[in-house]
Amino acid sequence: MLYGLIVFLPLIAAIVAGFGGRALGDRGAQVVTCGALIVSALLSGVAFYQVAWKGQPVTVELLTWIDSGAFDVMWSLRIDQLTAVMLVVVTWVSAVVHVYSVGYMAHDPHIPRFMAYLSLFTFAMLMLVTSDNFVQLYFGWEGVGLASYLLIGFWYHKPSANAAAIKAFVVNRIGDFGFGLGICGVFLVFGTVEFDPVFQTAPGFAGKTFEFLGMKLDMLTVICLLLFMGAMGKSAQVPLHTWLPDAMEGPTPVSALIHAATMVTAGVFLVARCSPLFEYAPDALAVVACIGAFTAFFAATVGLCQNDIKRVIAYSTCSQLGYMFFAAGLSAYAAAIFHLFTHAFFKALLFLGSGSVIHGMSGEQDMRRMGGLLAPLKITYVLMWIGSLALAGVPLFAGYYSKDAIVETAFMAGGKLGSFAFVMGVAAAFMTAFYSWRLLFMTFHGQNRHPDRHVIEHAHESPAVMLVPLYVLAAGSIFAGALFAQAFIGEGSPIFGASILVLPGHDALAQAHHAPLWVKLAPVAVGLAGIALAWWMYVRRPDLPGKLAAMHGDAHRFLLNKWYFDELYDALFVRPAKWLGHALWKRGDGKVIDGLGPDGIAALTLDIAKRATRLQTGYVYHYAFAMLIGVALLVSWYLYRGGM
Amino acid sequence: MSWTSAFAPVLPEIWLAAAAMALLLLGVFQKEDPFARISRLAVGALAVTFVLVVGRDDGRVAAFDGLFVVDEFARFMKGLVLIGSALAIVLAEDWLVKERAQRFEYPVLVLLATVGMMAMISANDLVSLYVGLELQSMALYVLAAFQRDAVRSTEAGLKYFVLGALASGMLLYGASLLYGFTGTTGFEPMAARLREANQLPLGALIGMAFLIAGLAFKVSAVPFHMWTPDVYEGAPTPVTAFFAFTPKIAAMALFMRTMMTPFGDIGPAWQQILVVLSIASMGLGAYAAIGQDNIKRLMAYSSIGHVGYALVGLTAGTGEGLRGVAIYLAIYLAMNAGAFAIILGMRRRGQAVEEIPELAGLAKTEPLTAAGLAVLLFSLAGVPPMAGFFGKFYVFMAAVNAGLFVLAVLGVLASVVGAFYYLRIVKLMYFDPPAEPFERPMPGAVGAVAAASALFTLLFFAWPAPLVAGAEAAAQALLRLP
Repeated sequence: MLYGLIVFLPLIAAIVAGFGGRALGDRGAQVVTCGALIVSALLSGVAFYQVAWKGQPVTVELLTWIDSGAFDVMWSLRIDQLTAVMLVVVTWVSAVVHVYSVGYMAHDPHIPRFMAYLSLFTFAMLMLVTSDNFVQLYFGWEGVGLASYLLIGFWYHKPSANAAAIKAFVVNRIGDFGFGLGICGVFLVFGTVEFDPVFQTAPGFAGKTFEFLGMKLDMLTVICLLLFMGAMGKSAQVPLHTWLPDAMEGPTPVSALIHAATMVTAGVFLVARCSPLFEYAPDALAVVACIGAFTAFFAATVGLCQNDIKRVIAYSTCSQLGYMFFAAGLSAYAAAIFHLFTHAFFKALLFLGSGSVIHGMSGEQDMRRMGGLLAPLKITYVLMWIGSLALAGVPLFAGYYSKDAIVETAFMAGGKLGSFAFVMGVAAAFMTAFYSWRLLFMTFHGQNRHPDRHVIEHAHESPAVMLVPLYVLAAGSIFAGALFAQAFIGEGSPIFGASILVLPGHDALAQAHHAPLWVKLAPVAVGLAGIALAWWMYVRRPDLPGKLAAMHGDAHRFLLNKWYFDELYDALFVRPAKWLGHALWKRGDGKVIDGLGPDGIAALTLDIAKRATRLQTGYVYHYAFAMLIGVALLVSWYLYRGGM
Repeated sequence: MSWTSAFAPVLPEIWLAAAAMALLLLGVFQKEDPFARISRLAVGALAVTFVLVVGRDDGRVAAFDGLFVVDEFARFMKGLVLIGSALAIVLAEDWLVKERAQRFEYPVLVLLATVGMMAMISANDLVSLYVGLELQSMALYVLAAFQRDAVRSTEAGLKYFVLGALASGMLLYGASLLYGFTGTTGFEPMAARLREANQLPLGALIGMAFLIAGLAFKVSAVPFHMWTPDVYEGAPTPVTAFFAFTPKIAAMALFMRTMMTPFGDIGPAWQQILVVLSIASMGLGAYAAIGQDNIKRLMAYSSIGHVGYALVGLTAGTGEGLRGVAIYLAIYLAMNAGAFAIILGMRRRGQAVEEIPELAGLAKTEPLTAAGLAVLLFSLAGVPPMAGFFGKFYVFMAAVNAGLFVLAVLGVLASVVGAFYYLRIVKLMYFDPPAEPFERPMPGAVGAVAAASALFTLLFFAWPAPLVAGAEAAAQALLRLP
């Protein structure tokens, strides 16, 4: 009942606000959705206490969904420790974002629709994290994809928003195709899609192979890689990351909820959930670690040069997701989930803070047109500092605990993979600090560079309804790490219990506490260095960045253009696909199929009809002649056959 | 056998013939315009005949040394024919009055034609076949030329007569060949001879081909259909309606009995011919109707197409196929009665109009009529769940079960093409700007017929059992060879 309420309250709210929005009015829709989410968040707290703290996982069976031959799928809610953590993250951030949206979207003409979408998203995300089998997981997975599509394209009159929504959907489809195949593979190999039997029998399939195109492939590795493909799409890992920065076309609360705190972390959740499979597929784990480490580094470099305030944070998100993946790839699932947990708070804080800035600047997002906002937006400034400190991993803030644990794990995992991840992680940490403070300095310090005086004079602090949610997130950004570090990743960490499997020998996380001191200090040191450099370049010598960019024009353009990923995809996939589509449409469909098919047959029919009509001349002797020919044919038929 | 019991099976025919003659005398001797009264009395006479026909339930009875037979099949078909004749009189009354052609011979001629049709349905001998056929045809020739001061009507009557004479000649020639090669004119002895023959005499086969040609003319199957469009267009509309749904049923019934009784054992020999006739009729009916603007002409081609579909069931030659044909004919009667009722209601400024574009925008001026006609047209096109779909379904299923896959596939394709011209009228009624409204109100009887047939076609799927059971009994009667 409790768990059912957590999951279904947002759905009910979405239906009420979505279909009854006209009757309820804006205020009614806001009250219904926010109320449902706050209740759901409070209940999640209770669930977290019961399940994770006390260590009593439960499964609630709702009803049979599909029962077809050997394919038997239930709707049931699986609430174990991992799910409980996700429940808390999702419902709390969602509740906060719902409340924030009341202020942020105050001037939008479609408030009920927006609130309904947000609640629908929350329901789908909860469905995803509470699923007890792969098919239900897929349902939630596609549900959040749908909600994400709807919300990115919420301002459907903006062509760029529509394009971004379609891009997000299409890129995710690529990943989901792999994910779907992975689920098929699971059913093929295990004969079921329920988590428990699959995970229990997984060890028996370790190392088993099958033939494909003459190659011998490891079953579990293939399944895990296919599942990871879905995770790459949803969590914006290279090379399927291109949709995330564009998704910033959506309203800022959407970016905070979906594209920072919850949906994009679904991939990490998937890998952690399937840890009993991944543990037996070390090659797949290596791929996960590699992609994660590279994404962490790559996204950070791109973040250095972006000028759109939300895009900087978007690349930061991409980079942080990379951290989570390489932690998971090194079997430190607990660290990955812990980082997911803390990241949700400070990244949502940063997004909503930037939303506050955008709100104050009348919708301006380009940091080159900001500056000097310190005076009018004092509270936002402080909150952004808190978020940035947490993100950069400054000691005592939330990010410090989770990120350090990940970097230390990478070091202790050793080997080529661990070393690669360690180097990438530290480099990314340096750049993270740099671009975070670049953002702060460009936005709040110096002179306001906006060309419109009116906007500058109008710059104002956000209303309380937007600031109070920020206080909640700020509190999380400060304390979530210190409070929960012991429980999540402390020695002998009991909180995840049986929900995550780590094989002996993969326990780099447990070793992390024994890392040398310089390793423990490295992320902090480079973080502080990054902050200092940003201060030097953007406060002390604001002329330096321009000179530097001019000196290294190619490098700067390379980063500014995001390593030319979009251009590459455009040339490789988009344009050939468009050409092929156009050719098939004009020539294949238009000329061949329509020409021979509908149009051709229609023309032929008319032609025959004309001829058939012309047969009817009106002359009796023609008619008689036709009859005689007819009877002659009948008789000749028998003569020809010579009787029977 | 006593004198009365020998004539008992023919009682309905005798009664109807006597009634027709009595009404003729009554009409001649009546001072004031006798048309309305004679019409009513004729319908009454038909109703009595109907009771006499279906009221008896004594299985298979033969009269006149096997010349004439009454069985379940005959009862079923005669029932349909009697309903059709009665509807033709009911629908005609108002129209003929308005066209100043209200001569009392019309109902009398319909009665005489009906006697001929009943004789055809019960014919069990080449001689009685010919007598029935001619009795019917003579009445029909006169009916086609009934508006004797209208050029088109007389032209239609003359064309029909000349071509009908040719067809009768062919039929008689075939009958004489059959008699020559089998030594009998009776259906049952002929069947026995053909069954016993070591090798089928070629002359008998040729005779059968001529016989089929004659019968195909009566049902207007391609290539013996040429008279149909001209006669349907030229004849007065009530006569066209009568032609469309009554003699066609009788001729089809005669066709069925002639194929099943004497030639029942040599099915493969005539199936090949019927396949060709059926395909050609379905194809021509579908294609030629597309180019028509006159709705009566369109209905002529439509009827050619429907004969093709009915022949599919006969070609199958199985109980299932015969049942399919019987159902098809009943549904065809209902659909055409409704469609013609609405066509008869198309009058503007005191004149009957027959062009299809006159129906434009009917949905706006008369939503109810348009809806009824739309239902009938969908049914004629064979769109589920209308009755017409089931008619086609039964015959095509029979063809498939009899292994006639090509025939069934071509039939389905033809009905796709055919759907076009029916749906074109629906489009015209619902999506085009309205033409001038028709003269209203529609006469009560005509409106009632239209409504009843639209409801029948719409709701047939809900309770098809009685009709299917009747058709099943009819088919079994035809299959049970003595």
